[in-house]
Amino acid sequence: MIVFENVTKYYNGNIGLEDASIQIADGDFVFLVGPSGAGKSTFIKLILKEINADSGRIIVGDKDVTALSNREIPELRRNIGIVFQDFRLLPKKTVFENVAFAMEIIHCSKSQIQKRVPQILNLVGIPDKADKYPDELSAGEQQRVAIARAIINRPSMLIADEPTGNLDPDTSNDIMELLHQINMSGTTIVMVTHAKDIVDRMNKRVVAIESGHIVRDDIGQYGYDEDCISCQEDAFLYE
Amino acid sequence: MSKILYTIKQALQQLLRNKTMGLTSILAIMAMLLILGLFFVMSVNVNLFSAMIRQDYNYVEVFLKDDITQSQQDSIISSMESIDGVKEVKYRDKTEAMQIMKKRWGDSGYLLDSLGDNPLPNSVLVNVKDVKDATYVTDSALKMEGVESIKYYKDTVDKLTKATNFLQLASLIIMAFLIVVSVVVVSNTIKLTVFARSKEISIMKYVGATSWFVRGPFLVEGMALGFIASMLASLITWAVYSKVVDFIGDQTMTILSSPLVSPAYMAGNLMVIFLALGLSVGSCGSLISMRKFLNK
Repeated sequence: MIVFENVTKYYNGNIGLEDASIQIADGDFVFLVGPSGAGKSTFIKLILKEINADSGRIIVGDKDVTALSNREIPELRRNIGIVFQDFRLLPKKTVFENVAFAMEIIHCSKSQIQKRVPQILNLVGIPDKADKYPDELSAGEQQRVAIARAIINRPSMLIADEPTGNLDPDTSNDIMELLHQINMSGTTIVMVTHAKDIVDRMNKRVVAIESGHIVRDDIGQYGYDEDCISCQEDAFLYE
Repeated sequence: MSKILYTIKQALQQLLRNKTMGLTSILAIMAMLLILGLFFVMSVNVNLFSAMIRQDYNYVEVFLKDDITQSQQDSIISSMESIDGVKEVKYRDKTEAMQIMKKRWGDSGYLLDSLGDNPLPNSVLVNVKDVKDATYVTDSALKMEGVESIKYYKDTVDKLTKATNFLQLASLIIMAFLIVVSVVVVSNTIKLTVFARSKEISIMKYVGATSWFVRGPFLVEGMALGFIASMLASLITWAVYSKVVDFIGDQTMTILSSPLVSPAYMAGNLMVIFLALGLSVGSCGSLISMRKFLNK
């Protein structure tokens, strides 16, 4: 569960997020949409406690994030899987090592790692790529590795920051299918995206942020028109 | 235990996969250790040399008048013995003094036989613990009844003491300066390694790694780099120093009659110092250079 209660964050006087309140229940699938610089990244950074809110309260799972000390941040993040647009795999580690890495951090035993990593690689559809290095994989395969790493410790929620931003439409669809499956298994998913077609097709909850304010929260369409200038800019940027 | 093994394994992997950076760090640490070693070797040998010379000159010879009584002589000896800093007092009568002189003159010693009466005075040899105490001994001896004169290489010892002190201070300052410079150089080199892996660190933090989990492998890596560098530096210094001792030793030993510090002894001590410095520079370097990346 993610709860924002009147959360405000300013950057040197500029609005990052202002008086934002929202509730995301366990097992939800939420698209976070809006123009660049609207506050989507701020929203995600606040969940991960990469930045601190100026006021308001944020609850993630059973933790009051706003009251967490720095020492407690690792514990918080172990319960949140995260996937980035640029995959962020370690180029000098193999696929297996990249995924195992997340388990090593929580001190899983070698036998647990040997058992679980192939299972997850199988789940994300790349069972035969374990010994490859990231640069030997296609973009779609790399994103699958990133997703495998994000879910291997069975986090209760997964944050995907434009996971299809660097992928062609077909691969994007495959990745969305994978995220859908993960969501079906009970994992909450918050996905930042600019991909109108994906949002429209999935027909999930859509939260729109503009200029630091949550301006829309309902189920359905992407909601930005083609003549929305900032969206066009974004679309161009991320195409 | 598994945590420690994991950290060491990661550090070794990092080392193997970032050979160039590792090599740069090793070279940087090694260079500073070698320069430091050079000064260390020099100052140790200068110290040894000056200590040996001081050993030869740390006595005061008090010459006694010929006409003193046994009790006067005894009281001079006992008052010498009671002075602070006096190690040993030895009486040397004129016969013994003559024998020593004859021995010193060697083949020409027979010339002394023609003197007839032994003109040498009886004397008291006062051995002092430290040359610094010698001045006090000479001052008080001169005031005593029955003392004829005093022989003491004051000027030589003073000059030597000053020169040694100066050399010690100078090499200490230079060594301290070198350590500071090398910590800066090494921490910058390691900062490059860390910077090259800032992405890795940020991913580690995202996946929920604790600061020490992230730091551990880098710390071990820094220490390993320091360890390798100090071993190499010890080896090089030992090899070069042995050659130097062989080379100079043959020619100077006879002139100065003071051998250089033995290579084995020097290598043992240097290795301990190099290890301590290498390990601490390596670990401090990596901790300092990581600070920025962990505060996220």
